[in-house]
Amino acid sequence: MKLFGLRTKFSRPAALALSTILFGLTLWIYGDYSSDRHAENPRDKLMPTAGQMLTSMGKAIFRPNVIKEYDDDGELIPSNEPETLREAYEQGKLWNMLKNGEWQLWEDTMATGYRVFIAMIFILFGIFVGLYMGLFPVFDHLLYRFVLFFDKIPALALLPILFIVFGLGETAKIALIVIGVAPTIILDTYLRVKEIPNEHLTKGMTLRANSQEIVYKIVLPQIMPKVLDTIRLNFKAVILFLIAGEALAAEAGLGYRIFVVRRYMDMATIIPYVLWISLLAFLIDYFLRKWIQKKYVWLHQ
Amino acid sequence: MYGFTSDQMKNEEKNYILSLERAFQNYGEKNILNGINLKIRPGEFVTVVGPTGCGKSTTLRLFLGSEFPTSGKALYENRDITNCDRNRGVVFQKYSIFPHKTVRENVMFGLELETFGLFEPILNPFNFRRKRKEFVEEADQYLERVRLLEHADKYPNQLSGGQRQRTAIAQAMIMKPKILLMDEPFGALDEGTREEMQVFTLEQWEEHRQTVIFITHSLEEAIFMGSRLIVVSQFYKKENGEEGSKIVKDVSIPWMHPRSTEIKGTKEFVQLTEEIKYEGLDPNYLQEIGDFDLSHKDSVKKLSKM
Repeated sequence: MKLFGLRTKFSRPAALALSTILFGLTLWIYGDYSSDRHAENPRDKLMPTAGQMLTSMGKAIFRPNVIKEYDDDGELIPSNEPETLREAYEQGKLWNMLKNGEWQLWEDTMATGYRVFIAMIFILFGIFVGLYMGLFPVFDHLLYRFVLFFDKIPALALLPILFIVFGLGETAKIALIVIGVAPTIILDTYLRVKEIPNEHLTKGMTLRANSQEIVYKIVLPQIMPKVLDTIRLNFKAVILFLIAGEALAAEAGLGYRIFVVRRYMDMATIIPYVLWISLLAFLIDYFLRKWIQKKYVWLHQ
Repeated sequence: MYGFTSDQMKNEEKNYILSLERAFQNYGEKNILNGINLKIRPGEFVTVVGPTGCGKSTTLRLFLGSEFPTSGKALYENRDITNCDRNRGVVFQKYSIFPHKTVRENVMFGLELETFGLFEPILNPFNFRRKRKEFVEEADQYLERVRLLEHADKYPNQLSGGQRQRTAIAQAMIMKPKILLMDEPFGALDEGTREEMQVFTLEQWEEHRQTVIFITHSLEEAIFMGSRLIVVSQFYKKENGEEGSKIVKDVSIPWMHPRSTEIKGTKEFVQLTEEIKYEGLDPNYLQEIGDFDLSHKDSVKKLSKM
């Protein structure tokens, strides 16, 4: 059997083995290099071991941030408040801690998730803009060039303006995502609408569809799976703009955390956080893909 | 023949369901139709043939209402055609049915659109469900007639070309349009399926007797199916600067419906085919406008050139 043939067929185990090679290799090189560095300098921060990453993630997940109080001389005021779940359990304050504690990873994920959620609502609204732009000449003339122009502005270059105009709050960060991603979604929807053969509109009219029925019963259901695919692929850009916004000004968030702990070269936190963000993005992508496949059977059969 | 009084003229006019009056159609600089005059009676099966690019489909779109003549008139029941509507159903060669709907949903789609508003399922769920059940039954009757009932739950991309076109015909017919416009409906089908579909379409027409305009590039198909045959062509002797197509032949086809496919082999059939091929479709044979064979009783003859 030729390994490099154009039509070489691999058995399932062989294909799987081939797919894991690069993952395995990366992990192995990292582990090897990391343990070498730690053998030389046990306090090495640059390439934390798996154990160190687990510890710092464990802290982020299971240990709430305790606000430490200092006296006028800068001495730490000793406090009896529990710091870990076990201490809290022993003192009978577990429920209190679960309720009031600041759980770092959870808070960060929620803060980021909230921003993504709000931004996605605006981005979904872009589908309708593209839809009407593609179908009604009046919206086409009114909006097409404008959106095209906006699409060319690098959104990151607008970030200072957004911070000046909207302040450092949530608005600026959400606006950045929307400005960065919405034009792409609008233009993509627009192109999908233009791909719909004119015969379908004619046909709809001969079956007594009015223009809104043509929009919502003929065109939208046909382009929806493709538009969802575009949103899926642009999710990466959403995360990108989000992290850029959070890096500059935020109080919580996955991107914010990475940039905060960078000051202490805390790679043991950064690496698992990056993996966590990637995992979330992957899962969202995966479920959306499965959902599209399941819901739009007519497209694939 | 031209001695009508104005009253007689009016009575005559009323008998035509579709007509074109000196219809010109330009696309940019290019003139496609050069003053077409055409009158069609209800119940006629009109087949239209012509060389590539002669504007057969343009003519159909004028009747459909998806395009309007640059000058002249397109009339339905003596009123200007201003839009596509439910009285003139259409079957295209491609894209006639909606890929996101099953065969049954495609067929009942027109009934739903006609009866329900956009928010009917929310505003009036009870009525929506009851009516929908009726529509399913009606659609299934049509599907049985087009022999597709067993495929009712399939999506178009699971169907063969012939099945798709049968769905399209059922989808158009369920609206009971007065006119069925067909633009090369069987152009993409193989020979066997094509003949089957010809027979099927004629059966449907004989049952309902709606007016049919049937565009095709196959002369044999046009002669076999039509009760009236029209040849549109850009090949005739033109004056300087004149451009675009005219009706160069307009004849009634002698055989009575229902027809058997066997007539395709007869001597008369072959002879008629040859004659039309020579007079109507040969780019080297240029007739004088006055010599056109417009022998059909409804054809609009002009004695003098305008």
